[in-house]
Amino acid sequence: MNFFNTIVTALKALKRNPTRALLTTLGIVIGIAAVITMMEIGNGSKTSVRTTIEKMGANTGLILPGWLRRGGVAMGYGSRVSLTPADADAVGRECPSVLHYSPVVRASTQQLIFGNSNWVPQQIYGIAPEYLQIRNWRIAEGRSFTREEMESNARVCVIGATVVRELFGNVSPIDCELRIRDVSFRVVGVLHPKGSNMMGMDEDDVLLAPWTTIRMRITGRKTGTASSTKSTPASKPSELYAATGVALFPEPEASLTTDKLLIPKFTYIDQIVFSASTPAKVKQAEKEITALLRERHRLRPMEDDDFRIRNSSDFMSMLNSTTLLMTNLLLGVALLSLIVGGVGIMNIMLVSVTERTREIGLRMAVGARSSDILKQFLVESIILCLVGGIIGILTGHGAALLINYYLKWPIESSPGAVVAAVGVSVFVGVVFGFYPAWKASKLDPIDALRYE
Amino acid sequence: MSKVSKLIELKDITKTYFLEELSVPVLKGISLEIEQGDYVALMGASGSGKSTLMNILGCLDRPTSGDYFLEGEELGRASGDKRAMIRNRKIGFVFQSFNLLPRTSAIENVIMPLAYTAGGLSAAERRRRGMAALEQVGLTERAFHHPSQLSGGQQQRVAIARALVNRPPLIFADEPTGNLDSKTSIEVMEMFSALNAEGITIILVTHSDEIANYAKRAIRVSDGLVVDGGFK
Repeated sequence: MNFFNTIVTALKALKRNPTRALLTTLGIVIGIAAVITMMEIGNGSKTSVRTTIEKMGANTGLILPGWLRRGGVAMGYGSRVSLTPADADAVGRECPSVLHYSPVVRASTQQLIFGNSNWVPQQIYGIAPEYLQIRNWRIAEGRSFTREEMESNARVCVIGATVVRELFGNVSPIDCELRIRDVSFRVVGVLHPKGSNMMGMDEDDVLLAPWTTIRMRITGRKTGTASSTKSTPASKPSELYAATGVALFPEPEASLTTDKLLIPKFTYIDQIVFSASTPAKVKQAEKEITALLRERHRLRPMEDDDFRIRNSSDFMSMLNSTTLLMTNLLLGVALLSLIVGGVGIMNIMLVSVTERTREIGLRMAVGARSSDILKQFLVESIILCLVGGIIGILTGHGAALLINYYLKWPIESSPGAVVAAVGVSVFVGVVFGFYPAWKASKLDPIDALRYE
Repeated sequence: MSKVSKLIELKDITKTYFLEELSVPVLKGISLEIEQGDYVALMGASGSGKSTLMNILGCLDRPTSGDYFLEGEELGRASGDKRAMIRNRKIGFVFQSFNLLPRTSAIENVIMPLAYTAGGLSAAERRRRGMAALEQVGLTERAFHHPSQLSGGQQQRVAIARALVNRPPLIFADEPTGNLDSKTSIEVMEMFSALNAEGITIILVTHSDEIANYAKRAIRVSDGLVVDGGFK
């Protein structure tokens, strides 16, 4: 009996009792539907976590200065001053995995003033123009500042949507002058709104300006606030790294220290952000940067790093592992229900074999080999499971759509899960259909024909 | 070599059933010959071993010892698959209780054996042969009726068509009229006579002398032995 005939025969046998066939397969339908729904919801949440992080920049990392240990007490990140703009440039120049980099100088809790209104934004960042590319941040209106503006400490800035709303209302802020204390900045661009980040902080409540400008004109003066870092007093490296007592760099000429109008050649920055060419290369970039900075900072092999690198993929893998755990748990329950469905199939197939004993005897009498009988019943159970699987895939997809519609959970259809579901239903059909089919094939035709 | 060749030759066939420690001999050495085109009634009281003999002749069962030649081929020791093939190609069965598949049309019932024919036939060829077999039993216009929509006689004729569909040289009829009234019994028996006239060998298993009269000769079995008519 060829394969096509076997399928036709099995379909005809199932058609003789369609209600029972449908009820039998219900277990598989529910099991597969549960699997598909779980997979789609799991994938959806995975994707939404990924896009959230990609919005922050999935391929980015952050270099922070290390900490100072004072009398055995670690003072926390940033307590040590160890990152210089030259470090940032070296990272960009010497680490092949680094695509963009930008020094970051933070100057928070500074009041912005425009006309009669004032506003204290959550963040004031001094940055390089590449910062926007690293953070995936687009300009909604106007332009970003240029490298030339950065190098000339130009008093220009780009502001976030919240700042625009609070300071300017409905007026376009482009080319308006706002003040940070007594320094006026010309607004050249408005950032595209990002909304709040995963911690609930409003990311649009921000002002971005060239880091040189922030460093030299805002935080570079003694009036900096507690959270802003202090600088100028140490215009000589030997003053900065007083403890080492080694002359790290040529001492600046005396004129530099006396003439306050000139920018000190040596300064430091709060952070360096960087992006790798792909998210997969972040780890590699981290290694390169660590090696480079250890060398630049002349750390001996047993010494701890005086800086620290954090990247967004750590955060992503943490979030992913949580969703993965939930998805796997629910998937396990769904697979369990498939086993229950399979037992249902086996049960009904056994009933069917007993019920059709005479038919089996007759088929054997007219020339069916026991392998033909085995095949016929096995194919019947596989068809039952496969049809159940297909109905289950559609039901599961429908359920996921409903959940998406009513509960607004993110979903994502998954072709892999569909293929797996089909595979699993065939597998269940074979596993749970084999015993009844084997029992049928072992019947003695004489006894089977006489069976009442 | 005679003009009419031997279709079936049994040589000293025995069959013993073993029930735990008890051995029950059912056939105690049966030898007989049936020629091509013969019409034989296999008779005997119940418990005589008649059914067991029929099962061995029909390749449904294997003898404990002895040789069974069908068209010169020894089948007493053939494998299950080989015997299935022989049943499909060379033997047609007609049962007392018709044994038609329920909720399945007459034509589907008739062509069912063709699905197991090695080599395989196209669907159209199978249907054509099925319709030819139904025509032979005069049921062409009932081809798409289900067994429940047919009378007992018609159902038995569908079963005969199913036995004929693979054009076997040999047909077994096991009490074919047992479930029929006398009028339809006559119809069915006349159909067997007509088939025999076309050259098909028929072995009729019955305990009724009236039915056995349709056959050309009778083989009587009693207590596991052929008592009459084993050879012509």
